[in-house]
Amino acid sequence: MSTVTERSAARRGGASRRARGGGPRPRPARRDSYALFLLPGALAFLLVVLLPFAMNTGLSFTDWRGVGDARWIGLDNYRQLAGDSAFWESFRHSVAMVVAMALLPTAAGLVLAAALFDFVGKHFGPRWAAVLRACYYLPQVLPIAVAGIVWSWILAPENGSLNELLAAVGLGSLQQDWLGDPDLALYGVMAVMVWVQLGFPLVVFMAGLQRVDPGLYEAAELDGAGWWRRFRHVTLPQIRPEIYVVMVWCTIAALKVFGAVYVLTKGGPGGATNVPSYFSFQNFFEKTQVGYGSAVSTVLTALILVLALVGLRLQTRAEDEER
Amino acid sequence: MTVTAPAATRAPASRRPASRPPGLAGAARRYPVLVALCVGAVFMVLPFAVVALNAVKSPAEYSAGGPLSLPEGIYLDGLRDFWQRVDFGQKLFNSVLISGSVAAGAVVLSVLNAYAIGIGRIKGRPYVLAFFVLANMVPQEALVYPVYYLSKQAGLYDTRLSVIIVFTVIQAAFGTYLLASVLGHFPREVIEAARIDGAGKWQVLWRIVVPVSRPTIGVLLVFFFIWTWNEFLLPLVMLVSNDNQTVSVALGVLQGQRLMDATMTNAAALLGVLPAIVFFLIFQRTLTRGIAVGAVK
Repeated sequence: MSTVTERSAARRGGASRRARGGGPRPRPARRDSYALFLLPGALAFLLVVLLPFAMNTGLSFTDWRGVGDARWIGLDNYRQLAGDSAFWESFRHSVAMVVAMALLPTAAGLVLAAALFDFVGKHFGPRWAAVLRACYYLPQVLPIAVAGIVWSWILAPENGSLNELLAAVGLGSLQQDWLGDPDLALYGVMAVMVWVQLGFPLVVFMAGLQRVDPGLYEAAELDGAGWWRRFRHVTLPQIRPEIYVVMVWCTIAALKVFGAVYVLTKGGPGGATNVPSYFSFQNFFEKTQVGYGSAVSTVLTALILVLALVGLRLQTRAEDEER
Repeated sequence: MTVTAPAATRAPASRRPASRPPGLAGAARRYPVLVALCVGAVFMVLPFAVVALNAVKSPAEYSAGGPLSLPEGIYLDGLRDFWQRVDFGQKLFNSVLISGSVAAGAVVLSVLNAYAIGIGRIKGRPYVLAFFVLANMVPQEALVYPVYYLSKQAGLYDTRLSVIIVFTVIQAAFGTYLLASVLGHFPREVIEAARIDGAGKWQVLWRIVVPVSRPTIGVLLVFFFIWTWNEFLLPLVMLVSNDNQTVSVALGVLQGQRLMDATMTNAAALLGVLPAIVFFLIFQRTLTRGIAVGAVK
């Protein structure tokens, strides 16, 4: 296949250069016929993303139980949300999820990536770095439902591996109902999410480090910079674009978290681990308060889109600075 | 990038021993870090090991020794029972069917979109691209109820087809964004030359653009497959009957009902983990390379 391109590339010779330089620019009509290729995609998006999204936003201004006619109630759902402590609590838990899925994994991922790349890779060979990276990345490929099963069994109060382990090393007094105690459940879920998420920043950062000029590290080392100074003055500035991307992606993933909460705690006990996504699901399918659920998911969407726009801006700026 | 990287990491390593022999002090400084990193890695994979350990224990062994004892033999009846009880073969088939169809469909859709945006450079290109990026960000929570309602109206509720359609489009949003930026750097001379030789737009797409972009397309196929395999919310809502459920949904629902005993839980966990590990081993290269492509773009 590559021969095709090589041959045609070779054949163009000077002809195309002349055509490009001297000839008129392609007429808009000809360029726009490419728009036909966009047609299937555009129609599909209209039907599967835009229409449902518009319906969802519309429903958020109504009172609807899923059957019969929806009643227009204007901003009442939003007014009710503003005074709903369950709603605010679910967003507070979102902040906890951002800590567990964006801040901690990014920070740990940076240190780990630098350690694996700049230390293990150099002193023990890239094989070691690759194997260790694979171990840290493994939870990322696991379906969240399965991760939930694994962890709710490990954290179970009776016969759970963690409690058994604590007993085995003589710390039986520390045994807890990790996911069933309202004071602990959120931390339990957070710990699981750190485990799930850590591999993603690590792999992105390690990939980013590969594009850093090794000469920078060598120069820093010759100047007597230790590991920490190389980390601060070479690693961090060099992979700043990756850090932005990872932070934005992980923050958005944290705001959307659903499966883990569904499988681990169902938002409980007593709403102690409820998140907006699960809160809207409850309103849609358990309480059949469709209008109210739509309002929750609309607020969530608005928040995510704003974050995405800010993130995109930061990313472009970081990339521009780099150039 | 992938070619230069190993060379770059190896070069300083091979030079080092000559300039500074690995004395006792050096080793004492180095090994603690390696050990710490290894301990961390063991913690990451430990849950998998504990699950595998307990999935092959008999219930009697489990109740006698708890979760941390070593199994005395390999007991597979628990796995077999679980497999038959949840008709796991059917779930696997559903997951493969849905994820495979979505991966193929979403790649085709992404290629068509990206061709128009990245190479066709249609009018309003930045806006079209921004639209796809944002569509990719819209949380499924904001789509799930209308999708549920509309699919009921269309008679597609509780069919695998409905899930395939929805995820084909959702995944294609990301694919379009990634491929469009990759194709934006496609050597234009190659395309112009082909056009001068009389190739139509379709021919250029299938004979030149697609073959040259095969690495990126491969990455997308793997990603779409695994992402769809792991999806939970929409399949949970859309696939209610046992015969249509995916592995993720079936296991998630079982866990949510809190009806499983320890042996069943471990059988469920192991059967859920195994396909993921298989994918991981097969696709590890593509996955890590793909993440690199995705993050830089």
